[in-house]
Amino acid sequence: MFSPLKPEKVLLGPGLKRRGDRKLLVVKSGVLRHKQPHVFWVENHQRRYVPAKGETIIGIITVKSGDVFKLDFGGSEQASLSYLAFEGATKRNRPNVQVGDLVFAQFIVANQHMEPELVCVDSAGRANGLGVFGAGGLLFSVSLGLVRRLLRPRSDVVSDLQKLFPCELVVGMNGRLWVKASSVQQTLIICNLLQSCETMTTAQRQQLFRRAAQGVL
Amino acid sequence: MSPRASFVQGDTSVMAAVYGPAEVKVSKEIYDRATLEVLIQPKVGLPSVRERSQEQCVRETCEASLLLSLHPRSSLTLVLQLIHDDGSRLACFLNAACMALMDAGLPMSCLFCGVTCAINADSEIITDPTAESRALMTFAIDSKEQRVMMSYTKGSFSVHELQQCIAVSQKASENIFQFYRDSVRRRYSKNL
Repeated sequence: MFSPLKPEKVLLGPGLKRRGDRKLLVVKSGVLRHKQPHVFWVENHQRRYVPAKGETIIGIITVKSGDVFKLDFGGSEQASLSYLAFEGATKRNRPNVQVGDLVFAQFIVANQHMEPELVCVDSAGRANGLGVFGAGGLLFSVSLGLVRRLLRPRSDVVSDLQKLFPCELVVGMNGRLWVKASSVQQTLIICNLLQSCETMTTAQRQQLFRRAAQGVL
Repeated sequence: MSPRASFVQGDTSVMAAVYGPAEVKVSKEIYDRATLEVLIQPKVGLPSVRERSQEQCVRETCEASLLLSLHPRSSLTLVLQLIHDDGSRLACFLNAACMALMDAGLPMSCLFCGVTCAINADSEIITDPTAESRALMTFAIDSKEQRVMMSYTKGSFSVHELQQCIAVSQKASENIFQFYRDSVRRRYSKNL
């Protein structure tokens, strides 16, 4: 698979930690995955999210106080989002955000020592898909492993879903998914399919999707 | 769905659930590591002093194997419910706790298991005892080097007997770790 004698740089994902100079520690139980040439991580069914810088998540606004919003993203504490961190927001032109709104944001500060901070703009000041969303649609939780599977470049689950019904899907790396299809029934079908994807093999999943497409479900 | 595990050892059965990392009360927060709370619920009645002492044993073992410094100012709660007791309570609590922590995906530096060892009237050493004995010991063994992380002993025994019991427990722990491996393999069998 890879030669441990070659002095290559190895990239460690979730579940693996560096201990000392040349030692590696596996800190979670699950399936070890490898992406060429040298990325390793451990995939598991964990549902509790721990914030990491650069990840995009779905948060719910809980407090609107002064210059800062507080968001619940399912972690150990709430994250803060400045009202200026939206596209085109200035001190006079405040964004139209209410308590209870769903927000798709990205972490700029996320470590164990500081309060997590989110933004709804990229480094160029553009929204780029981030911001408030969610009129209609359904928000539900899945495990973090499933979310990472959905976000892979050529994800098998997403390609199967595309053949089903047209729908809008927002994937938050904190384990939250938001789905909106043309009718309530279709939305619920997609929600149930995604939640059951975790405990199925590929063949079982494709069979289930085929049954849903035929209108049996 | 909070991460949970259920461990059955003979007739003794325990259920465990883990909550966290979550918010912690300011009075209980520790600035550089997570606060671990263990709650043991007996089968009937309210928790008493015996449960408190077992909670301390489980908590110290978990704190030794969890990487608590990755979640400062957070709380981790581990709830253990005794379903049926037929001896080996503390060992069963430890095993259920370890499996629940694995299911939760909390970062751990090693796994641990609990083994009960008894010296009966004929000075024989037996594991997983259910009858009366001269001495009863429970050890928490770690998965990396099979070292003793925690020991809880009751009764009278010599130093030599204690060392023999530790050796027997270390040997028995291999079966439990293999069981952990098989369980996790089964859990992720659909994803392989």
